[in-house]
Amino acid sequence: MKLKKLATCFRYLGFFALLCLITGLATAPAAFAAEPEQKNIILATTTSTQDSGLLDALIPIFEKETGYFVKTIAVGSGQAMAMGEKGEADVLLVHSPAAEKKFMEAQNGINRRLVMHNDFVIVGPPADPAGIKGSKTSPEAFMKIANTGNLFLSRGDNSGTHSKEKGIWKAAGLNPEEQPSKWYQQTGQGMGQTLNVAAEKLGYTLTDRGTWLALQKNLGLPVLMEGDPILLNIYHVIDVNPAKWPKVNAPGARAFSDFMVSPATQSIIKTFGVDKYGSPLFFPDAGKKVEDLGK
Amino acid sequence: MELILEGILKAIALLVSLDPEVLGITSLSLKISGTATLISLFLGVSTGTVVALTRFPGRKLVVSLINTGMGLPPVVVGLFVTIFLWRNGPLGFLQILYTPGAIILAQAIIATPIISGISLAAMQNLPANLRLQILALGATRLQMTWLLIREARLPLLAAVMAGFGGIISEVGASIMVGGNIKGYSRVLTTATVMETGRGNFDVAIALSAILLLLAFLINYLLTRIQQRERPR
Amino acid sequence: MTAAGPLLQVRNIVVKRGGITVLDIPDFRIERGEVLSLLGPNGSGKSTLLLTLSSLLKLHQGKLIFKGREIDSRRSELEYRRQIAVVFQDPLLLDATVLDNVASGLKIRGMEKTDRLRIAAEYLERLGIAHLAKRSASKLSGGEAKRTSIARAFATRPTILFLDEPFSALDPPTREALISDLTRILRETDTTAAIATHDQMEALRLSDRMAVIQQGKIAQAGSAEEVMNHPVNEFVASFVGMETVLTGRVLENHNQNRMMIAVGDREIEAVGNFPSGEQVLCCIRPENVTLSTDSPEEHSSARNNFSGRIVRISPHGLFYRVDLDCGFELISYITRISLDSLALREGRKVKASFKATAVHVIRKST
Repeated sequence: MKLKKLATCFRYLGFFALLCLITGLATAPAAFAAEPEQKNIILATTTSTQDSGLLDALIPIFEKETGYFVKTIAVGSGQAMAMGEKGEADVLLVHSPAAEKKFMEAQNGINRRLVMHNDFVIVGPPADPAGIKGSKTSPEAFMKIANTGNLFLSRGDNSGTHSKEKGIWKAAGLNPEEQPSKWYQQTGQGMGQTLNVAAEKLGYTLTDRGTWLALQKNLGLPVLMEGDPILLNIYHVIDVNPAKWPKVNAPGARAFSDFMVSPATQSIIKTFGVDKYGSPLFFPDAGKKVEDLGK
Repeated sequence: MELILEGILKAIALLVSLDPEVLGITSLSLKISGTATLISLFLGVSTGTVVALTRFPGRKLVVSLINTGMGLPPVVVGLFVTIFLWRNGPLGFLQILYTPGAIILAQAIIATPIISGISLAAMQNLPANLRLQILALGATRLQMTWLLIREARLPLLAAVMAGFGGIISEVGASIMVGGNIKGYSRVLTTATVMETGRGNFDVAIALSAILLLLAFLINYLLTRIQQRERPR
Repeated sequence: MTAAGPLLQVRNIVVKRGGITVLDIPDFRIERGEVLSLLGPNGSGKSTLLLTLSSLLKLHQGKLIFKGREIDSRRSELEYRRQIAVVFQDPLLLDATVLDNVASGLKIRGMEKTDRLRIAAEYLERLGIAHLAKRSASKLSGGEAKRTSIARAFATRPTILFLDEPFSALDPPTREALISDLTRILRETDTTAAIATHDQMEALRLSDRMAVIQQGKIAQAGSAEEVMNHPVNEFVASFVGMETVLTGRVLENHNQNRMMIAVGDREIEAVGNFPSGEQVLCCIRPENVTLSTDSPEEHSSARNNFSGRIVRISPHGLFYRVDLDCGFELISYITRISLDSLALREGRKVKASFKATAVHVIRKST
């Protein structure tokens, strides 16, 4: 058949494609229920933060108060910061102080404020074959694991937890990531998943207390090391710099970060998790100085 | 094993109690994948038919592209759609990233080559002279196309099932472009991954069971229709 | 034939496929009311010609003219197609009931449901398949499917009906029945028809006029009698069943329109008026060659008497084909009865004779 028929057919095709594009576009704005785009805030945060369930408690309150619609994009810490660097998010809720420092130095964010902290703990098999229980510092515990060649699971995903872990290895003078070793395995996955792998394989891992508390009844991995100041997990909220990225929802970001440090929110944070786990998952710190944090 | 059993029990509990969140996730999955399948149906069947029935320069290339597209990894589609839909990306002005619309778009991109490829094969499998016979009966080109599609309706229905099956079970692209936002862009597959990551296996299994049930029911329905038409 | 001009005409048709010319026809016509056969071996181009005549093959060169008007636009093409019908070798039925299939042409023309089903039923009756109305098209025998296809064609009451090898895929009894039914309906409805076939017997039975196609060209067109008995070249001659084709040279030319032709070291007497010395072909139908075992010296009314040896005897439908060597190759058809009564067998010497009028002479093409 000739090109004329092809043209006719593609006319129909084009019509359908147009119809579908219109349908697709129509469904998208419909989801906003006639609210303008500025009502959307893209919050980039970490999977562990979302998994704790804290945001599920806070965000509905925020949305009701302000009428904003928060799109919580929970990814690894690295990706969250990258989204901020590219202006693809409006506000960040993260816990990687070192990376945050670089972020702020590069003028990617403004208005960085302390929100809360929780801590990391080192968990492992009940038998504790590396004998880390009783260690004074976490680098010491890590060194014992390395020396005895016991299995250690790392998240290996550039998350806040992973950065913390790398910092501890560095402090111990070790670099298992660079030197291929049988006992050091990277899952590349979230905290919950990594904990499950550790439980399955009877290995050690570094985890935030929140996730551990949420999963502990099924895990069988007791806390073997805690309390070291290095293990503090500190959360900041940062507005993405609108001067650098004009498309960010600056007022929305500001409203959210103000909300996170407001007294009402802080008191919710203080009691979050108590009824479910017996102890709170987070400790509110708005207004304090980082150096003052402790237990 | 007890875990799977727990999961199934949980699934039944969630469904029977009409847990609103689970129902919401399920209906969202259906709406999104259903819309995407519908769009892919139109695009796929028309593309497959046009390519099957016409001769044009570069046709072989187009056919290879369609066949390659059938095996396109969904996560790759997800990644590229995300990049395009970013605020600062070429289609950023559409502002549909992290919305159900974006998931529909990505899923349509995934399913269209599948439906095109199978439609193409179906139309090419019709007897060679059937087209001429229908034209000889005095059919306009539109009538001819419609009659040929009707003649090939059984494999075309299979194409729809294949397309739908591919996207209702898709997770990579859905997470990337949808954002897995609670109550908004969270579907069965993305919720399952999230619950697994959190360690809530029973909920994850429950969601998986619902997904399997859904996929089965829809395919059963379509198969019944297909087989009823079949000449016995 | 009151309307001036032919019903359908093609002019200067040239169809090429892959660089090879498959059809080259300067002028061809179909007259109103006639049944025409397009006769030719496989690959001769008859199906291509049929597709061209029914406008299903797009023409790059040449014109198709229907009722005096040229078909040169999509609209005129559609109008034309709605006045014709085509039956292909394969029934090509749709996935539906027999009744719906037969009504499909009418449905395409936008006819109302009750009307089209009524007309379809009428044609089911005519083709003797009314009892199959509700049957699914996929559950028909070859003959039933073919009847459905033909009923579908007739139901649209076409001005011209085109058939492409309609009976070649059927077994002999089914063919027989269908050929007589088709002939009857063509006559009843006074439909103009063009039938492509490679079977000369079929062509003879069905058609008024024959066109023999040779490598994309029309070698000869004319009434059945003309083509069968006066083929214009070797190809047509052998195609219409003149099994024996001998090369010879005209020796003498007698006054009474008789000539002697030297074939090998023998002489054949034939009717005709060709100049002496001319290179010719002698074509003889096997049915016209009589065999006997009488002594060679006895005369018969036939002028050509030769003694020869039987090289081979093979069955040929209802006859037996006898290949003879009389100094030249000669083929005869005889009945079973004759075979037995003459006690013929391979290697036996016999006498073969044929009349001078049975020798059809064609000038040999160089």
